[in-house]
Amino acid sequence: MKVKKGTSARKKQPSTFRRFFSGIPALGWLLAAFIAVLLEYYIGDPLSEALGLPKIPVLFGVVVMLKKPFLIPGAFAYVFLIYAFPIAIIAKITAPITNWLTEKVFRLPLMVSAVLHLLFLYFILHLWSDVSDYRLLMLKLTMIGIILTLSLNVINGYMGEFSCSHPGFMALGAYTASTFTVLLFVKDRLFGPALLPPGLGQFLFPVALILGGLVAAVGALTVAIPSFRTRGDYLAIISLAFMFIVKSLIENLEVVGGPRGLSSQPDWADLPTVFVWTVLCVWTINNFVESTMGKALNAVRDEESAAEAMTVNTRQTKMIAFMFGAFWAGVAGGLFAHVLRYVNPGTFGIQKLAEVLAMVYFGGLNSVFGSIVGAVSFNLLSEALRPLEIFKWIIIPVLLILVMIYRPTGLIAFRRFNVREILRPKSGTKERV
Amino acid sequence: MPLLQVKKMTHFFSGLRAVHNYDLSIDPGEVRGLIGPNGAGKTTIFNLITGVLTPTEGEITLDGVSLVGLKPHQIASMGIGRTFQNMKLWRHMTVLEHVKMARYSKLSYGLTGAFFGTMKRIREEKENEEHAYHLLELMEAAQFADQNVLNLPYGAQRRVEMARALATDPKILFLDEPTVGMTPEELVDMMNVFRKIREEFGLAIFLIEHRMKVVMELCERIQTLVFGEVIAEGTPDEIQNNPQVIEAYLGKEEVA
Repeated sequence: MKVKKGTSARKKQPSTFRRFFSGIPALGWLLAAFIAVLLEYYIGDPLSEALGLPKIPVLFGVVVMLKKPFLIPGAFAYVFLIYAFPIAIIAKITAPITNWLTEKVFRLPLMVSAVLHLLFLYFILHLWSDVSDYRLLMLKLTMIGIILTLSLNVINGYMGEFSCSHPGFMALGAYTASTFTVLLFVKDRLFGPALLPPGLGQFLFPVALILGGLVAAVGALTVAIPSFRTRGDYLAIISLAFMFIVKSLIENLEVVGGPRGLSSQPDWADLPTVFVWTVLCVWTINNFVESTMGKALNAVRDEESAAEAMTVNTRQTKMIAFMFGAFWAGVAGGLFAHVLRYVNPGTFGIQKLAEVLAMVYFGGLNSVFGSIVGAVSFNLLSEALRPLEIFKWIIIPVLLILVMIYRPTGLIAFRRFNVREILRPKSGTKERV
Repeated sequence: MPLLQVKKMTHFFSGLRAVHNYDLSIDPGEVRGLIGPNGAGKTTIFNLITGVLTPTEGEITLDGVSLVGLKPHQIASMGIGRTFQNMKLWRHMTVLEHVKMARYSKLSYGLTGAFFGTMKRIREEKENEEHAYHLLELMEAAQFADQNVLNLPYGAQRRVEMARALATDPKILFLDEPTVGMTPEELVDMMNVFRKIREEFGLAIFLIEHRMKVVMELCERIQTLVFGEVIAEGTPDEIQNNPQVIEAYLGKEEVA
């Protein structure tokens, strides 16, 4: 409740900063970001040279700053000249045009408008990640992080249970999908020659991912059946055990490489594939939690006996949500394996669990938007602070503790992810304020 | 034929006999009261009939169908709506979502609808919303529709709870102390709500209540429960003048 009061108080009195940018539609921000990315694409190299930077700062200059403190002014100037200043100015200047355009598009069905925005977003991300391979990898892992966070949020946030088995589901998905693709389409030490022509593989890659997700969902069923008889801490304990069982199972399965891991996955998880799967995940999960069937999760969490008395089949609801979350964790695992093109069971241990949980609780419970923010900010932060080495694992937990103290449910908790509200033209707001 | 019939229902909490040989028969449209001192087992009877607890012995039938052993959500969708003593509202949901939720079992769009937002889902959710608004208007709570339920005044929360129970399309409504902790004005509102429910839906009502004024005014017949046993059953007048009831509430009269 505290959180809620805070936001409503701020809404009444928007800061001048906020008011300055309030009339800009989503399209305006996308256009501005697009131009910033174009700028970087064309004048990034000469500009960074002029500012004394070795190359284009990959992650907004943070890494450079931490590695070589004397480059701080240069990195700041770069970020300001390429990103902050152009984005702010262009977004503001083009607001009338973008609002007009948005209004035109908004009259079409919401789906069309959403797809157009997403295409534009993809185009920007593609251009942005073209600058370096590191950025591309970062971007893919962040998107996988979004899928993971969102799917765990369904269980830990919307349903209010505490599940620890997400790395296990991920491992199931990763190994299933990898086995599928490596066995069928790759000539490999472990599985021998390819059984099907590799040219077919790219088209069957979604099948591999869905298969991975389904196996993870079946795994979830084995956790759910014993632990959903009662409420409380049982799920946390059983799911933690499940995670370790999966890990040691894979470690002892020589067929899939045992502790050495499984490699030579084909390079099919390119940016468009990961992007499409992320969008699918956000779309279906948002659909689910906005429906009365999904809202039943909140009812079960807040007052289970009342939910039962209002005809909600609570056990079935919990099972579905748990398996649905596990499905997406499995898909994320499959993508993860094909992005890195190598998996070993050690990856899916307690550290992965801590990471996923941190992303969920950092971003905000019971909120699709919060999960996206949590996954993106946590991934960026953890990459940006990499040069600090061991200190990274002091700073990130301290940040988490601070969030827990000042925002106990996360940065953006209990907020609806309303696509219509995000995509609508914002020209009207000015007159209303 | 009676709508709801309970025969020889007995329930033990391990060694403690909470309800003993309880009989009940409610006709369609009847308003029945259940009174008794604290701890007499009134809420236990509600929980037994609605499936939260399973009776140790006895029969419960609704429209001739046995309810013993069914899950609470099944019994609820068969036509027993209920409210709770402490309301049990969902603290992160809006008023409208509360009422929509109660039609969970009436939705048929299934998982494909939930995940992919099919046309069927859009249509059903829209119908559901209209129905919910209708009930909220009836309960004079439509103006709160988009607010979080915790921000409402107490009386309005009670009316939302009533709308939620009505949204399950009940044949009989179980009300567990619906006027507890109400101010006199809120009480008057609530009495109007009861009358409205009866006129609009023609429901049978089974009411646990401590305020004698409410019970005596609303109920056609009243049962008095003491230590899990019915000691008296009859019209309000009969109950008011029954020496056993007076004894249970006030203690024995010393005869000089």
